Amino acid sequence: MWRSILAFGKSLLDSLRDLAPIILVIAFFQLVVLQQPIPNLAGLLGGTLLVTLGLTFFIYGLNMGLFPIGESMAQAFSEKGSVFWLLLFAFTLGFSTTIAEPALIAVAEEASEVAAEGGIIEASEQAMHDYATGLRLTVAFSVGLAIVIGVLRILKGWPIHYLIIGGYASITVMTAFAPRSIIGIAYDSGGVTTSTITVPLVTALGVGLASSIQGRNPMIDGFGLIAFASLTPMIFVMGYGMII
Amino acid sequence: MAWLASLLDTLLATLQDVFPIAAVIFGFQLFVLRRPIPNLRRTLFGFFYVLLGLSLFLQGLEQALFPLGRLMATQLTHPEFLADETTGLLSATHWAEYYWVYIFAFAIGFSTTVAEPSLIAVAIKANQVSGGAIGVWGLRIAVAIGVAVGISLGTWRIVTGYPLHYFIITGYVFVMFQTFYAPRIIVPLAYDSGGVTTSTVTVPLVAALGLGLAESVPGRSPLLDGFGLIAFASLCPIISVMAYAQISEYRAKRNGRKKV
Repeated sequence: MWRSILAFGKSLLDSLRDLAPIILVIAFFQLVVLQQPIPNLAGLLGGTLLVTLGLTFFIYGLNMGLFPIGESMAQAFSEKGSVFWLLLFAFTLGFSTTIAEPALIAVAEEASEVAAEGGIIEASEQAMHDYATGLRLTVAFSVGLAIVIGVLRILKGWPIHYLIIGGYASITVMTAFAPRSIIGIAYDSGGVTTSTITVPLVTALGVGLASSIQGRNPMIDGFGLIAFASLTPMIFVMGYGMII
Repeated sequence: MAWLASLLDTLLATLQDVFPIAAVIFGFQLFVLRRPIPNLRRTLFGFFYVLLGLSLFLQGLEQALFPLGRLMATQLTHPEFLADETTGLLSATHWAEYYWVYIFAFAIGFSTTVAEPSLIAVAIKANQVSGGAIGVWGLRIAVAIGVAVGISLGTWRIVTGYPLHYFIITGYVFVMFQTFYAPRIIVPLAYDSGGVTTSTVTVPLVAALGLGLAESVPGRSPLLDGFGLIAFASLCPIISVMAYAQISEYRAKRNGRKKV
């Protein structure tokens, strides 16, 4: 009992240390640069307490739930030996986690505003909604595809840099042809797709797969799934902008 | 009481995010793999902790740090703050006048990345897998420096108005060259760290900074120029993580030679 309380206290301190830089930066800019008092100090302290507790619980649950299940599923799939089901799982995982991602919903809405302002689509509510939904589906599809390609890469042992550099090359070429207004959104969309829950799960899946297949190194082959998931959306969003 | 209600809202929203993931995992586990989940109770508790942790985390950020951070981003980019103290006129025709913005961008990029939960997760995993060769802190600091440099570069780009793709494509060329010289073991992790950095903590603050800046710099449109900071924040860590590995390798080699 005492030991677990002690361990919890230690992880609380760790979380506090992780958060200290943000608090310092905000305090410095507020007090020294902008020279204003900190509004609602009690609320700020309460919020910081919540953030610290939250980070502690998250990391605790990560090691208890997300990491083990990602790895045990990867192992179970490789024992089952069915590539089809593994790839279907990879696609569904990528697609379903992205379609509901709040950051993506926000970006898609902003993109529809840009498109309406640029005269690419009608400035009506319906047209903008359709555009945003289409964009979300496109990005979710591209993330699903990215995880599939990434898993295939682990199975086959392809070196990652050829695929990534190929992706960069196609982004560079597409940038020349895509409408100017979509480029900023397309480049940003790569970063917003991977959420806090998806990242640990996908990482555990990749590492688990690479460790259960003979001849794969978990360090060299296990990582890289997220890299694909942040690359393909850029290509697909630019493609979407070119077609519509 | 309002506080509790908004915590409940956050919990529901997080539940909504987790639901599709849980459905896919348990669906495949039960119908395709057809085997019970090992340590079911522990796993469910783990999911519960992740859910609770993320909700508290988001709620706390929303309550304390985000409003202040957003306010700060708008104040620092406000013409009044940027205006010349002696004349009271906005003389911000030169990009160097915005120096506080770059410093803020660097500091906020660094500090939010250090606190980013998904980066902590990847760092823990990389440390386990590499048998301790890749330090949790080393990786996190390397990524945070990358994000900090990236976001300050991005704000500079918004101020000067250079096209985004010049920067990004130059970055790609840089990454390609580095890939061939960096230790092979770090390359996939470095590519991953680009996507990992920008989530819960960084995106909202950085987006506010970009939009505020694009609104107040004359001649920039928030819709066209406000984007792009996240692209920088996901490109630069790739470079900085590979550089970190290259520097450690170089130092290890030099030390090795001294011993011999």
